[in-house]
Amino acid sequence: MIPAAFDYHSPQSLDEALSLLQRHAGDAKILAGGQSLIPAMRFRLAMPSILIDINQLNDLRYIEERADYLAIGAMTLEHSLEDSPVVRSSYPLLRDTAVVIADPLVRNMATVGGNIAHADPANDHPATMLAYRATVVAKGPKGERTIAIDDFFTGLFENAMAEDEILTEIRIPKPSANSGGAYTKLERKVGDYAISAAAVQLRLDGSKVAEARIGLTNVSAVPMRAKAAEAELVGKSISDAVMEATGKAAAGECDPSPDLRGGVDYKRDITRVMVKRSIQQAVARAKGGK
Amino acid sequence: MSEHEVTLTINGESVTRPVEARTLLVHFIREDLSLTGTHIGCDTTSCGACTVLVCGKPVKSCTMFAVQANGAEIETIENLAAAGTLHPLQEGFWEKHGLQCGYCTPGMIMSAKGFLADNPDPTEDEIRHGISGNLCRCTGYNKIVEAIQYAAEKLQAADAGGE
Repeated sequence: MIPAAFDYHSPQSLDEALSLLQRHAGDAKILAGGQSLIPAMRFRLAMPSILIDINQLNDLRYIEERADYLAIGAMTLEHSLEDSPVVRSSYPLLRDTAVVIADPLVRNMATVGGNIAHADPANDHPATMLAYRATVVAKGPKGERTIAIDDFFTGLFENAMAEDEILTEIRIPKPSANSGGAYTKLERKVGDYAISAAAVQLRLDGSKVAEARIGLTNVSAVPMRAKAAEAELVGKSISDAVMEATGKAAAGECDPSPDLRGGVDYKRDITRVMVKRSIQQAVARAKGGK
Repeated sequence: MSEHEVTLTINGESVTRPVEARTLLVHFIREDLSLTGTHIGCDTTSCGACTVLVCGKPVKSCTMFAVQANGAEIETIENLAAAGTLHPLQEGFWEKHGLQCGYCTPGMIMSAKGFLADNPDPTEDEIRHGISGNLCRCTGYNKIVEAIQYAAEKLQAADAGGE
């Protein structure tokens, strides 16, 4: 399967990439890791006439803890997240996610920014970034702006960036004390998309859940937060009944499509289970466990 | 539709070729450079049969354009016994019967070479994780894991002997 023909550009700086994008807005696609875009081009689901390859922009590859957030450069490889000591020690939800994205070969090419910008509800980072209340940084001809993750995903494969903007950084707020998170994913085999997966990030106040955000993977047309489920959890003391009610709320509010991974009822029930398992793990971590 | 001159190092040798932008790295390796040891399996980024090392990292060469490899160092299965002696990984697959039909083997070996460079003494779980992007439809994987364990031990012994 050969992609349709295109013109290829390999800018050496972000400014050069932005000016190329501005010149070709509407016709050009940004090539990051390419692990979603190239297969889509081979199936001719995507036929961009111009590709702007930003893999030379090595200054967009970094994982940096700043005053109150973790900054991840858009071109950071998924594999680098797996290896990162700060991710391992302080961002367990992100670490859980990084190790189950596609497979190790794909993670050697795939980028965090590409995963998010692609806005595929089957990708793993959207749910995780929703749970973290992350912020996306986009740069365009008018300069830089930040977009709250809750406003970022606007449709299937659609995001809030303009055609002449490039995603440059993702910011994850530093979790406060007594916080924990976890990502639980059920997949048929390594490398397949999730049947369902749940990202949970919460903060405890004594035995009560003071804050909680829940993101779901591959059970909706647009990456979604399970807000009804969050409402079941926040303010409650953790118990089996509360976790079950939270899982059930998520199962009720998600909107999966039947496909070869299962029917709607099955996917809803798996969502219930994924949410419960993630809460259990997140609570254990909030209390100091691994 | 743009054409580009690409210069890269493949198995230690520098080559320069014109390529159409849409040429995939795997096609460039097999058809332009006639190195057909790298296989095309699924053609959909699923199976890992096309795995090669790009600057030491195992990647799927069906999901990268050749033009992106400009300036890179590529290693394919043909490099492993270049001196006429089997590489410990090849020897391991031979000794432990790590293959049946052999179609996935070049990809398996290149993946293993990539992760053994980072983790020379992997546990069985780490090996299974390391090859989880490579599909084998014959063996059930056990013999492949044993083959990689064999190679890891032999490579480590060779390292220790050389010090």
